[in-house]
Order: sequence, then C-alpha cells, then structure tokens
Amino acid sequence: MSEIQFMKGNEAIAEAAVRAGCRFFAGYPITPQNEIPEYLSSRLFEVGGTFIQGESEVASINMVYGASSTGTRCMTSSSGCGIVLKTEGFGYLTGANLPCVVIDMSRGGPGLGSILPAQQDYFYATKAISNGGARAFVLAPGNMQEAVDMTYEAFDIADKYRCVVLLLCDGVIGNMMGGVTLPRMRELSELPDKSDWVITKRNGDGSMRMITSCYVPIKLVEDQNIHMAEMYEAWKKTESRYEAYRMEDAEVVFAAYGTSAGIAREVIKALRADGIKAGLLRPQTLFPFPEAPYRALDPEKVKQVICLEMSIPGQMVEDIRAYVDDRIPVSHWGRSGGILMKPEEALAAVRTMLI
Amino acid sequence: MEKVFGLPSGCTAKTHSYCPGCMHGVAMNILMHTIEKFQLLDKIVIVNPVGCGGLGLYEATANYISAAHGRASAVATGIKRCSPESFVMTYQGDGDLAGIGIAETIHTAARGENITVIFANNTTYGMTGGQMAPTTMVGQNSTTTPGGRRVDRQGYPLKMAEMIAQLEAPAYVERVALYDSAHVLKATKAFEKAFEVNLKGGYAFIEMLTNCPTNWKMSPEQTVRQIREQNEKIFPLGVFKDKEI
Amino acid sequence: MAKIEVEKERCKGCGYCVMNCPKHILRIGSVTNSSGYAIAEQVEAEKCTACKLCAVICPDMAISVYR
Repeated sequence: MSEIQFMKGNEAIAEAAVRAGCRFFAGYPITPQNEIPEYLSSRLFEVGGTFIQGESEVASINMVYGASSTGTRCMTSSSGCGIVLKTEGFGYLTGANLPCVVIDMSRGGPGLGSILPAQQDYFYATKAISNGGARAFVLAPGNMQEAVDMTYEAFDIADKYRCVVLLLCDGVIGNMMGGVTLPRMRELSELPDKSDWVITKRNGDGSMRMITSCYVPIKLVEDQNIHMAEMYEAWKKTESRYEAYRMEDAEVVFAAYGTSAGIAREVIKALRADGIKAGLLRPQTLFPFPEAPYRALDPEKVKQVICLEMSIPGQMVEDIRAYVDDRIPVSHWGRSGGILMKPEEALAAVRTMLI
Repeated sequence: MEKVFGLPSGCTAKTHSYCPGCMHGVAMNILMHTIEKFQLLDKIVIVNPVGCGGLGLYEATANYISAAHGRASAVATGIKRCSPESFVMTYQGDGDLAGIGIAETIHTAARGENITVIFANNTTYGMTGGQMAPTTMVGQNSTTTPGGRRVDRQGYPLKMAEMIAQLEAPAYVERVALYDSAHVLKATKAFEKAFEVNLKGGYAFIEMLTNCPTNWKMSPEQTVRQIREQNEKIFPLGVFKDKEI
Repeated sequence: MAKIEVEKERCKGCGYCVMNCPKHILRIGSVTNSSGYAIAEQVEAEKCTACKLCAVICPDMAISVYR
C-alpha cells in the first residue's frame, strides 16, 4: 500500500530504506545528511532493527560489513569528506561480495569543502570507491520521489549482485521538503534467501564458512577480480538507465544528473521558447553509465552537447566527451562549492556557449 | 588407554603456519579447546584480523570473517547486533587492536557489546617484520626504533587491559601470560570465564602476553625468559575487572 | 599407565613441552619431519603421569595424552 506524505528528503529516504527491509544502520554525523541517522535512530528499533551511531565513518562502514555478513539488509549514509572515509569498508565489502546500500548526500569539496549541496563526488563514486578496482553500482536520483524509489530498489540490486549500491544525491534532494509517495512496507519473509552464504550458519554438510577478501592461493584473488569485471560488464549491458526529455528534435543536448537536471529542464524550456531546439539526456545510473544514447547522438542533427554539473572542475563531462567521442563539441558549465545553479544564471551562461 | 587430551574437534589435520614457538599457536590451542568445551563450533563467528593473529584460523573449522586492519570490534558489533544467537569474538594482535583499531576497540568496549575480545600482545608487528607496536616497551628494539624505543621520540606503550578496565561497561578484563604450562592453565580459565561472560550477555577482554621469536631474534626459550623478566613488569598479570552481570 | 604421542608432522621442535615436563622425560631428538624440524620425543615413558602440561602449551597442538 503506497501513501503520500509530506517529508524532508533525508527522512523520506530513511523511511524508504526501512520499507525495503533495511534493519541495520551505522553512521556518523555529517551535514547535509543528518536527518537520515536521526530518523533511523528511533525508527529502526520500532521494526526490530538496530541503529548504531559509530565512533567514526570507518567504524560505521565496518559495522555495516559485519551486519551484511549476517544477511541483514543494511545501510550507511554520509557526505563528501565522510564518504571517502568509508573507502576501506567499500573495498572489503566488494572483495567479500557483501551487499549494502550507501547514501552520499554530497556537498562541496574537496576536503572539508562546505556543507552545502554540490556534485563534487562523481569521480569518487563512479570510478573507484576503494582500492583494487572496486566499484559501486551508482544510482543518481533526479528528485525526492526518485530518491525514495531508488533507495527502495537499491536493496534489491545490492542483494542481486552482492555489491555496494551507492545513491549519489546532493544536499538539495536531502534537504527539500515535499510530498512523496512512499512504497509498501516489505515483510522480511519476502526478502531474498541468503542462508547459503551468511557467516552465522554452517554449510549443509557441517563444514565451516568464511567471508573474506583475502583469498589463498592468489589465483582466487584473480578469480574474484574476474568476477567483478564480469559483473561490471553485465551491468553495462543490462542495468544502465537514463531519461530523455525533449530529445525528439534536439539540436542542443544537455547532459545533467540529479538536481542539475532540474535546472537543465528550466533552461531547455526557455531556449525552446526562443525557438532553439534543446533536449536533455539525464543519466539515472552513473555506473553503469548509459553510454548508448550519447554514442547514438547524430552529428548531422545535434550541434553541441552541454554538460551542466554542480561541480568545478567538471567531472561527468569527461565521460560525456568519451562517449560522444569528438563527433560533436562538448562543453561544460557549473557552479561548485555549495553554490546552487540558478536557472536564469545557467540560461545566461548557456546562451554565451551556443554555437 | 583413554585419550585425555588431543587435537580439538574444531581443528583440521593441517598445522598452522606460525613460526616454531610462536605463542599465537598456544593461544589457538587454548581457544580451540575452549570452543570444544563450550560446544560452540556451530554458533561461533570469529572475527579474523589483519596480522599474524589470524593465521591460526585458516587451519581451524570455526566460521570466520576477515576484518579490515583494526576493525574487528566494529565488525563483531555488526554481526552480534544482527545475529544475537551467534557467539561472536575477535582475536587480534597489538598493532590491530591498540594501534590502527584503538578507536573501534575502546568504543566497542564502552558500548559493552556482547562480544569477547582476545588480544595477543607481543609488543611488535610480527607479520610485517618487527616494527614498533603501540605496546613496544621503552628500550625495546624494533626495525623502526633502532637502538630501542625512546621516550623523547616515541613515548610510552599502551596498557590496554588497564585502559579497558577503566570503562563502565566491560564485565571481565584480565591479562594472562602463556610462557609456561601453569600460566597456560590460568589463561585457559580466563578464556572460560570470558566465554561464560559472553554467554551471559557481557563484554570480556583477555590480554595475553605473547612472543615473537622471529622478530625478537630469540629462541623460543629466550622469549619465555624475556616475558617473565621484562614484559610482565611493564604489563602486570591479573584480573582488572570482574563485574556481576 | 600413561603416555603421550607427538604427531610428527605437526611438531616444530620449539621445546616448550621439554621445558614444562615435570618429570623431565621429553627431549628434542634426532628425528626430523618432512619440514625439517627435529621433533619432540618421550623417553622413559613409564614415568609419564598424563599430567597434560606438555600438551596444553604445545603451540602446534601436536601432543595427544593417554591414560
């Protein structure tokens, strides 16, 4: 039974996680995501789960690693300089094939940066969340409702592939208030059966189990790497997602994700009012990246691609350039440090970039 | 004749890869017999650290999960909170528990998590080749304190059992030695006490004074003398906390 | 009647059993195992009391005790 509620983005994400079957959360305070742990600190106990405020980001992700090994759906959340502290745990989770969901409500950076919304974590989230080539499945919600829906689904993806699923949000999505349709509360009995691998059980023949990322002999480490590579290729083939907006006749194509995509829509509306045929390709997964629609852009029809990001230097624009592959000019505009893009400012900037 | 002592049921036919005379092996002997005595093989989850400490578990048949360096207590917390029916313990060395993982160690103890922490203090980083540990004693040689640990450069070693015992939550804290059979029997009692505390819902911490013949550059017999005459003076044995639970 | 058995391939010849035998009837002998370790052996087995002090301190869990 779904229901519409008026909530703050962070709280809506937290409630969606509970409804997806999340029963363990460990995290450390950092703005702009504090409402997630605050909400879960009481909510999880209501449903028989556990919340722990870890002594650090590092401890928190390692608690999640332990929780995941029991088969419990689990989550952590953070932002920017806090997310990177979890890097160690992301690698161990990936090496040991343990599922978990991570919310990055990203903020200005690098370093302490600012507490205000930004999209500065793209490279980190999509290219290397840890050592050893470990990558996360990265979802990029464009608004609060999508953040709720993707959080709910993230747990299924994590269990299906036994991987880290990261929601790359920005502080705007976490901190806006709005009406959202919450998904149905799942019974734990509906969730995937993990009894054949959890660390808390013995094998059917009574033999031991181990969960590790340190395999002996080392050929098994390579086997794990091959497993990862095959999984990432499978994601690219079947799991990438995007939304096309006004692309039917677009000559100016915008590339933007998350909150920036909302700004891009406003710019497109204004340009179209002036007779400029503009459209948007919005990635909803950042890894696997939806390469195909960018590769398919026809240079005979599309004059240019403009990437809007709340990031300086541009980050996603490097992927866009790779997939557009010099056939069409690609440019970038953005703000950073926690300064939001205003539609009118973006429009003015874009007008100077039109060719 | 009846066999009155032998290889515990949780061990495999293969011996572990510890150096001759390494007291990690003695600790494994105690641990596996204690697991057998409490009939916990089917419900124990051992959190396996980074460092030599974990090598013994490779040749045992208890379920184990590898933790990142120092994070064993955090991993154990996650497991126990989600699976209260499991018996959860960590086995860690000094670099792991008192160095890179001291925050996790202290906070897990402060929360009074229902786990057992077995801590092997051999005052050095064994696996990486004998560097200074957080427990290296003043004057003790290591590859990163050539000429001995100096107070003006490296300060003093950490006394973990004393530190943990200061906290409210832990139910049982003891430091033991393993250098002769009498001390091994005492240590066995400490393990059993820690397991009883665990089964009653408490947090227990056992520190063991162990050796590293290879990196101390001593024979096993010389390490026995070293612990008895030196280490035990800096790290006194005894029960530091025994709280009703 | 009591005796111990040292499992040849587990023993690494560290000598802890020798040091801790109250009857002084253990020694590191001349027999080596496949890893090249000279292993512990019992002499004067009739003096063994099955006290287990050799076995409890064995780092390699190589000693079985019979009574």
